[in-house]
Amino acid sequence: MQRTRYRPRRSRPAQRLPGGTAYPGGVLAAPLTSAEIEGIRARFPILRREVNGHPLVYLDSAATAQKPDSVIDAESDFLRTSNAAVNRGAHSLAGEATEAYEDARGAIARFLGVDDDEIVFTSHATEALNLVAYSLGTASIGASSPGRGAGSHPGAAPFALREGDEIVVTELEHHANLIPWQELAARTGATLRYIPALDHGGLDPEAAARIIGERTRVLAVTHVSNVTGGVTPLDRLVPLARAVGALVVLDACQSAPHLPLRPRELDVDIAVFSGHKLYGPTGIGVLYGRAELLDALPPFLYGGSMITTVTMERAEYLPAPHRFEPGTPRLSQAVGLAAAIRFVEEVGMERIAATEHVLAARLLDGLARVPGVRILGADNPAPRVALASIVVDGVHAHDAGQVLDDRGIAARVGHHCAQPLHRRFGVSASLRLSAGIHTTEDELDRAIDAVAGIRPFFGLGEGAGA
Amino acid sequence: MSGLEQLYQQIIMDHAKHPHGTDLAAGEKTSHQRNPVCGDEVTLALRWDAAGDRIADVAWEGSGCSISQASASLLATLAEESAAEGAAWTPEELTALIAEFREALRSRGAIALDEERFGDAAALSGVSKYVARVKCAMLAWVAAEDLLVRRAGEGR
Repeated sequence: MQRTRYRPRRSRPAQRLPGGTAYPGGVLAAPLTSAEIEGIRARFPILRREVNGHPLVYLDSAATAQKPDSVIDAESDFLRTSNAAVNRGAHSLAGEATEAYEDARGAIARFLGVDDDEIVFTSHATEALNLVAYSLGTASIGASSPGRGAGSHPGAAPFALREGDEIVVTELEHHANLIPWQELAARTGATLRYIPALDHGGLDPEAAARIIGERTRVLAVTHVSNVTGGVTPLDRLVPLARAVGALVVLDACQSAPHLPLRPRELDVDIAVFSGHKLYGPTGIGVLYGRAELLDALPPFLYGGSMITTVTMERAEYLPAPHRFEPGTPRLSQAVGLAAAIRFVEEVGMERIAATEHVLAARLLDGLARVPGVRILGADNPAPRVALASIVVDGVHAHDAGQVLDDRGIAARVGHHCAQPLHRRFGVSASLRLSAGIHTTEDELDRAIDAVAGIRPFFGLGEGAGA
Repeated sequence: MSGLEQLYQQIIMDHAKHPHGTDLAAGEKTSHQRNPVCGDEVTLALRWDAAGDRIADVAWEGSGCSISQASASLLATLAEESAAEGAAWTPEELTALIAEFREALRSRGAIALDEERFGDAAALSGVSKYVARVKCAMLAWVAAEDLLVRRAGEGR
């Protein structure tokens, strides 16, 4: 049977960022100076506190970022002065709140270089990915029965999945970009396949070329691994998906705070990221979707604020993005996220990326010199953000993290919601150090010094395997 | 002694490195507990005396951080010592002990474990100041509790 394949109307060639590579882009911009970083630090009130008698060294930005004054103020000012229900009510306050909410959408659209109506606010990136998976699932209802279209959403027929179709993910994914696809495959009869991670934690474009093929309908991939910090070679993967008309879904949670993010230049159909990792509030995520795709996909959650006409039998839905935003929207969070975006734009994403490049080298070189420490993905030649997960020989990650905490250093321990990649590395848990916009080289040195103290604290020798 | 040294007392480090009671045999009735955050695992069995009234022995196996593994080892040691002193636990006694252990560990440093009652396991008192680690220390004790509850459910 002839299938209609998705062909983006506005297909653009995959472009590279100025400088020749996707990241770190050669010399995109000058790294931030020490004085500039000090200025940035002054804007984060939490960095003034001590933990266990030491000044806080916050190296857990990949889990959640700290918030600058401007974000905290924007959220609280909105609640103090403009809070009201948006998109309803004739009173002035409701108008102000609606304007603030839609302005926030506009700020995010400009940040990504896309149109306002291509931005959907969700509760978090996890919800954004689930939204896409569920919507595709709804589009697939009845698709496997001969003679039936895409259920009650005929416009979504090109996206319907059926037996024999394939969804492709990678072994690097955060659970949020894996489990929704497992479940979608189970619901539709499609097959879930994955591009395996190489020994060094990178992806092999040749393996990808074998796996992505005529049956592939969706490619869901992370932009940056939350375990290794390595940047995915999208310029090699996306054309493979494009060639077979597959949808490309990008998990940009770990890239949005660190690299310039341009979904159209990357030629992806969907990109999601979370607000709280981008110095914004918790409780808000962003879904970018190509306009014609969002207009065609069925809604995910149904209820108020997303309809035009409702009868006792059926409903008609608003166009995107509002069809995907039922219920009372996340107002103060959207306003706070817009403030966070203004904050990183003032600093400049190119300069943030250039600074990360310097910090990543310092972090990796320093950790590589500590005896008995293994850096997950150290040999991956891909560009990376300033993040490293380590395994300390003879010491469980939880115990290792406790030694750092004792010195006021906040790091993440565990599997970082990426159990398959940890299993691929042959470990169950690791200790992750992840920098933010406020991280100094001195802080990284303090952390590396603390890491060097872990094995001695537990009575283990300086060499590995003692 | 710093907080960190209180947490990782020598007794705890010794038990983590050389755990007691890890002679779990195939076919024993076990409870498997895991800490999904960091992957700590403990599988534990309560071994009953001939009459089936008192706990003669605790056996377990597991993997994970030193607190979780030491805590399981210390529980096994305490069971063994109690039995050797002719004071093997009844289900009610162990249930009460677990409740006491939990209360102290959740006290954020306010309640210390009684050395008379807990022996070397009292060294785990330091964990109570570290909220994130309480789950690690509780793992084996939760497994024991789970077995007691299941046993009671079976009418024994």
